[in-house]
Amino acid sequence: MADASPGLRERPLSPHVQVWRWHVTMAASIFNRATGVALYAGWLIFAGWALALAGGPDAYGAYCSVLTSIPGQIVLFGIAVSLFFHLAAGVRHLFWDSGRGFVPRDASASAIAAFVFAAAAAVVLFVVAHLGQGSAS
Amino acid sequence: MSLYRTGLGRARGLGSAKHGVGNFIAERVSSVALILLTIWLVWVALAVARGGYAEARSILASPVNAAIAVLLIVVGLYHAMIGMRVIIEDYIEKPLTKAALLMLNAFVGWAAAAIATVSLLKIAFGAGA
Repeated sequence: MADASPGLRERPLSPHVQVWRWHVTMAASIFNRATGVALYAGWLIFAGWALALAGGPDAYGAYCSVLTSIPGQIVLFGIAVSLFFHLAAGVRHLFWDSGRGFVPRDASASAIAAFVFAAAAAVVLFVVAHLGQGSAS
Repeated sequence: MSLYRTGLGRARGLGSAKHGVGNFIAERVSSVALILLTIWLVWVALAVARGGYAEARSILASPVNAAIAVLLIVVGLYHAMIGMRVIIEDYIEKPLTKAALLMLNAFVGWAAAAIATVSLLKIAFGAGA
């Protein structure tokens, strides 16, 4: 800034992270990026699942015993939340690409909807999955 | 547009590399595909949670399901690699570290996609197990 051409006024700086008031659209944006990273790990877990499934019942059983352990279930639940949040956030982005939905009230409402959808869908998925496990062969 | 560029920016000749829009479009097209593929993934996850190994093998023995599974992992990792690339480019400033991480991103992503694809094909073609 100091070495700008003579005659140019000092340019305004954009506010940095620590001076921003917290708002839900900001949280949704950060969470979208974070869940994207989590889903990268999710794809690696899925690839490992396919490899174990191709390896036969023993390999598959060993892999699933990790996934169905308590830490494994916590990780899978996190990935389910990430999947549904990233999905909802992606739909928001596609909608924004049409040039609509940028009014602060609408953007905040869709951000809250994304959070609610992610939590609800992940809980429903896990409840249904665990209810169905009784009849596992 | 040149009206908005600073003197320094003009002098350095920096600006768009003119192909960023390709990644932008690829990210969005793959995201639309992934909306549909995710619906299939949820169905399979619920079926496999109920039916275990036998159910998973029988679902993926169907050519249509095997093809969808291959598309899911390949398109999913492709989308993830584009996203991870943006994150690396945003946060890593050292050129060598950035280059190394971008390479690692590509290696890990394509390796996982290849391993998953071959595994799914092996299941689909019913070899061994």
